[in-house]
Amino acid sequence: MRARRSRPFHAAVSRRRFLALTGGLAAALRFLPQGAQAEEEKKLNFFNWDTYIGETTLDDFRRKTGIVVKMDLFADNDELMAKLKGGNPGYDVIVPSNDYVERMIKAGMLMPLDHGKIPNFRHFEERFKDAAFDPGRKYSVTYMWGTVGIGYRKSKVKGVPDSWKYLYDSDTYAGRIALLSEPGTVIGLALKYLGYSFNDTDHAHIEEAARLIIRNKKNIKTFAPDNGQDLLASGEVDLVQEWNGDVLQVMEEDDDIAYVVPKEGAIIWQDCLCIPKGAPHPENAHAFINFLCDPKIAAQNALFIQYATPVATAKEVIRTMEGGKDYLSNPAIFPPPEVMQRLEESKYLGEEHARRIQEAWTRIQAA
Amino acid sequence: MESWRRHPLVFWAMGLPGIFWLIVFFLVPLGFVWLMSFGEKRGIVDIAITGTLENYLRAFDPVYLGILFKTVRISLIVTLLCIVIGYPVAYVIAFSPPKVRTWLLLAIMLPFWINMLIRTYALIAVFRTRGYVNFTLEWLYGLLRLDALFGPFQPLPMLYNEFAVIFGIVYVFLPFAVLPMYAAIERLDRSLLEAAADLGASRFHTFLTITLPLTRSGIASAVLLVFIPALGSFLIPELLGGPNAYMIGNVIAAQFKKANDWPFGAALSFLLMYATFAILAVRPLLVRRAAKGEGAR
Repeated sequence: MRARRSRPFHAAVSRRRFLALTGGLAAALRFLPQGAQAEEEKKLNFFNWDTYIGETTLDDFRRKTGIVVKMDLFADNDELMAKLKGGNPGYDVIVPSNDYVERMIKAGMLMPLDHGKIPNFRHFEERFKDAAFDPGRKYSVTYMWGTVGIGYRKSKVKGVPDSWKYLYDSDTYAGRIALLSEPGTVIGLALKYLGYSFNDTDHAHIEEAARLIIRNKKNIKTFAPDNGQDLLASGEVDLVQEWNGDVLQVMEEDDDIAYVVPKEGAIIWQDCLCIPKGAPHPENAHAFINFLCDPKIAAQNALFIQYATPVATAKEVIRTMEGGKDYLSNPAIFPPPEVMQRLEESKYLGEEHARRIQEAWTRIQAA
Repeated sequence: MESWRRHPLVFWAMGLPGIFWLIVFFLVPLGFVWLMSFGEKRGIVDIAITGTLENYLRAFDPVYLGILFKTVRISLIVTLLCIVIGYPVAYVIAFSPPKVRTWLLLAIMLPFWINMLIRTYALIAVFRTRGYVNFTLEWLYGLLRLDALFGPFQPLPMLYNEFAVIFGIVYVFLPFAVLPMYAAIERLDRSLLEAAADLGASRFHTFLTITLPLTRSGIASAVLLVFIPALGSFLIPELLGGPNAYMIGNVIAAQFKKANDWPFGAALSFLLMYATFAILAVRPLLVRRAAKGEGAR
């Protein structure tokens, strides 16, 4: 990092004050009177990933509480972060992944949870009751967890492509590969392939990973923004780097698709339910989070979206449901212990590191 | 020109809402972004306006210059294609009978009624490996028994490459090229064409020496209406482009989203805007030359 030569000529204005200023202007221009705030209106704004909620979950919640949930979708954590950092545009519940929970806590963007209003938290597996990225789970509860691995079309691939080599360092499947378009994940997994930690911050190692990807770009068809499973399902590519549940969703419709966690290891992630600061309906948000942690609801939800639930008692419910046994015994959802050992959690490593990764990404794209 | 002096009250009553809108919702926010381009990131969320020029200097890194060069190249190709494809279309519309003309114009405007995102996704369904173009080609291939000669059908890779990006941008901006050129051709004094024919000029010669020079201002407008927005496109390269698709718009979008670096994104945006102003400055020159040609007739 270069020394900063510039001399401040202007008092530091934080981006938040900046936006408070413009926001104030917008508020002044709002001619409509504000509604009474005594009781929360029966509304909730949910900001979620695509294909990440049960078919009837939101309706069930409305039936039970009368609260109407309006759901918006985001494609990656950076998009979520970008939408919220200038001030909350009105979301009540968001679903960031573990490292972004940490980043948002450090940026003061999250509201502490009132665990008194989330009694269903007691149903959680022990290992989800605390987390390094959110000590004491003050700001977040786990929604779903899983891995990033390789989804592939069995009939077009020889054997099981159980190495990142096939995506990063080989022309065996030239032109039939899609990687994610999340810079941190793509570069991190290249680091993993090279034998380093996913969370390696060494400049030279990141350069090495970037060079590896640039060298293999001729074999990569595209960097898919959260739609790799569609590319796989439509036959556009035969190998994708994807979140396990996304691949599982298309596996349900196509027997020719499978999922594997490569032998070099991969990341294990948790997507978490959080309430961003400035949420207009915090009471409803707590009720919604508690509802999603209800064993029966969590069971229906997880079984539909094919992601692993952290709610221990939900698994008992799932066992009795149709297709539940397949879900529980599916190694792509609940990896066996020897795979779990190879998994690593991604960490928030500071803004300097984020910028380095981003610059490497631009170079990869431009090369 | 005099009317606003004679009726100042009417002028202000009509003009104020627009001026207010322009200042509050365009110039003020733009001013904030401009200030931000002289700032630095402090921590995760905060920005300090320090007057630094580092963001602008960073933009002259070879990586970004390379992407900028590529953006200009793609935009020029797109503009050329839009003019070459759009001019005959505009010509046909302008010379068709009034009743037909209305329908043809409607057909040109029809795509505007559908969201650009949806049109772009539709292109994916058309172009992908198992898309409609490849299905049709495969069917023809089988029909002509070409598989006996060349082996089984190999689908054409039409998606996730530069072809797809250029096609996608042309597809979206073609109407913007057709409309101003249509307006120029429609205004053309038909008696000049008749005179040329009377004097024995071939149709081709007439077109080259009369129609084309007289509609130059329409072509100039079309060039600007296509080239400038094409420079800033980011959605189409993101959806249709492959691993080499990054245009400068993608870099800017990435600074505001993924990179969480608004000051640098702001600086890049303003550099792109200055470049656009420079191009706009060229337009009066083109039009003046066109006007001179008209005056000389």
